[in-house]
Amino acid sequence: MHVTLQNLTKKFPGRGKKAAEVIAVNDFTFRIPDGTLVGLLGPSGCGKSTTLNLLSGLLSPTSGRIFFGEDDVTALPPEHRGVGLVFQNYALYPHLTVQQNIMFPLENRKGKDKLTKEEMRARALEAAKLVQIDGLMERKPKELSGGQQQRVAIARALVKMPRILLLDEPLSNLDARLRLQTREEIRRIQKDTGITTIFVTHDQEEAMSISDLIVVMKDGVVQQIGKPQEVYDDPVNQFVAQFLGTPPINIFDGAIRDGKLCIGTTPLLDVTAADQEDLVIAVRPEGFNPRQNGIFSCRLHRVEVMGRDISVVCGHESFIGENFRAIIDSEELAFVSGDTVRFDLNPNKVFAFRKDSGQRIRF
Amino acid sequence: MEQTNKKAWLYLLPAMAFLGIFLVYPLIDVFIYSLEEGYNSASQTYFGVGLYNYAYVLHDPYFLQALKNTFILVLITVPLSTGIALLISVGLSSIQKLRDLYQTVYFLPYVTNTLAVGLVFMILFKKTPYTDGLANLILSWFGAGPIDFIDGPYWAKMFVLCFYTVWVVMPFKILILTSALASVDQTYYNAARVDGTGKLRIFTRITLPMISPTLFYLIITGFIGAFKAYSDAVALFGTNLNAAQMNTIVGYVYDMLYGDSGGYPSYASAAAILLFAIVLTITCINLLVSRKHVHY
Repeated sequence: MHVTLQNLTKKFPGRGKKAAEVIAVNDFTFRIPDGTLVGLLGPSGCGKSTTLNLLSGLLSPTSGRIFFGEDDVTALPPEHRGVGLVFQNYALYPHLTVQQNIMFPLENRKGKDKLTKEEMRARALEAAKLVQIDGLMERKPKELSGGQQQRVAIARALVKMPRILLLDEPLSNLDARLRLQTREEIRRIQKDTGITTIFVTHDQEEAMSISDLIVVMKDGVVQQIGKPQEVYDDPVNQFVAQFLGTPPINIFDGAIRDGKLCIGTTPLLDVTAADQEDLVIAVRPEGFNPRQNGIFSCRLHRVEVMGRDISVVCGHESFIGENFRAIIDSEELAFVSGDTVRFDLNPNKVFAFRKDSGQRIRF
Repeated sequence: MEQTNKKAWLYLLPAMAFLGIFLVYPLIDVFIYSLEEGYNSASQTYFGVGLYNYAYVLHDPYFLQALKNTFILVLITVPLSTGIALLISVGLSSIQKLRDLYQTVYFLPYVTNTLAVGLVFMILFKKTPYTDGLANLILSWFGAGPIDFIDGPYWAKMFVLCFYTVWVVMPFKILILTSALASVDQTYYNAARVDGTGKLRIFTRITLPMISPTLFYLIITGFIGAFKAYSDAVALFGTNLNAAQMNTIVGYVYDMLYGDSGGYPSYASAAAILLFAIVLTITCINLLVSRKHVHY
């Protein structure tokens, strides 16, 4: 089922008498294709959870419309929307067993949709098998680990065969190893069921790794929508460039002078864009290639080898911040020694933004 | 290990000493008195040892009346006050406006003196040669009455006593239940709504189990409190409760000790032990029932 958001806006009244109202989601228009896994990504307070609550119906929009397929569900209360929602803290009913928790949405049905006890048990078992917790049906939530609780919550959301599945920060309560495993699991479950799934996260790695599409938001405004790799390789503004990627992108003062992109005063790349001052030049860590006669000379602080990654920590007077980090291949390590290190830059990993607006300057 | 144990006992000593002197010793003493026939506290003498005191108390019509009154009071007021308190608390937690005002109003009876409230109830319900009272005025609108609630038939007096007890014990229950309801995580309600759960089902399947420990606490303490009722009856019907047929077990104990017919600590002790046995039994039954229905 595809989902369409049309000029969706949510304003909250400000606290206190003279406080201005807060625009949590501002004019969000997007069509989510059927069967995709979409990640809403942004720092806290960017409106991603509000968007999710608007989709679930727990909040109603100030203006704009929401469509599930062709149905306008804007005015529909949550109980009639047919969404499955997995809460950040899972919200499993502590007094019910796993089985009772999963069956809970089915027991709510009335009239012709009503199921017999056996049907409900079968459906619950099916959902439990999908998330691989069918051996834990008689346990209480507090007897489960975080990851298992997460699966129960997903099973409870899936058992009613929702039109769309919504996940609020699904991995934030899990430890690092479990997080890696669970995100693969979410991906698998989504592929198995084919349900259009929207999840919220502030962790860009999480969003990049499993989403078909990511939506980057900031202050209620959608910054960029696209496939994770496309957004990473082609950010529309400085915020998106800085938000995506670990280690983060490196930011330098720069300009375009005489058809050359400069960091500080060092001309680095030939570009076609018009000359302008006051730019921010952003270089991905993997965009630095150490060379014997590289054009970009930096102070070398230290080399850190962490597993497969070799990162070179350097300083440069135009860098905004203290030290920047370059990720290099092991064969390039030969060029890194002494007090200075010289890099060539990969033009595909270098972006220029206006300093005032953060707008991308294409070159 | 041995050393720490000794230390632990040392720390516990003050509390143990106080509890022992003021709680355990009197309890044992009361039990002994209840077995001593014709014990006289002035001369510290008695005729013999046996179950005679219990036999006397159990055959005393005043005690049987008190026993009946107490049971009626407990069985009516505990479920009623807890149920109404629950309804009011649910109502309070679902309104936004004026919630604080209502909370204060509902809590006022708790800080009001029992005897003062009893006086007000007496004025409301009493029938005098000059006026039939407010309750009878209302009854007369429906073509009923007038009934003398204070000096009239048994059921009318029992009604006033129950009404009064419910009214007096409710504020505390409302206070506790409102805070219990407020502490239920809102996300459970959100989850239930998204799953299309009806209002009544949310209440029975989520709210009630979530607040069941609090509810259970209120029921247990309610039972114990109601079994120990005495001052409420005095506030309404005066000190001669036997004449008014409104005595309670604690009232009977008091009368046996200090009342006009008093001076019988043995009978009083036997009645007190019987009350203790009843409360203990009921509390044990409560605990057994709670195992199944209370979710901690």
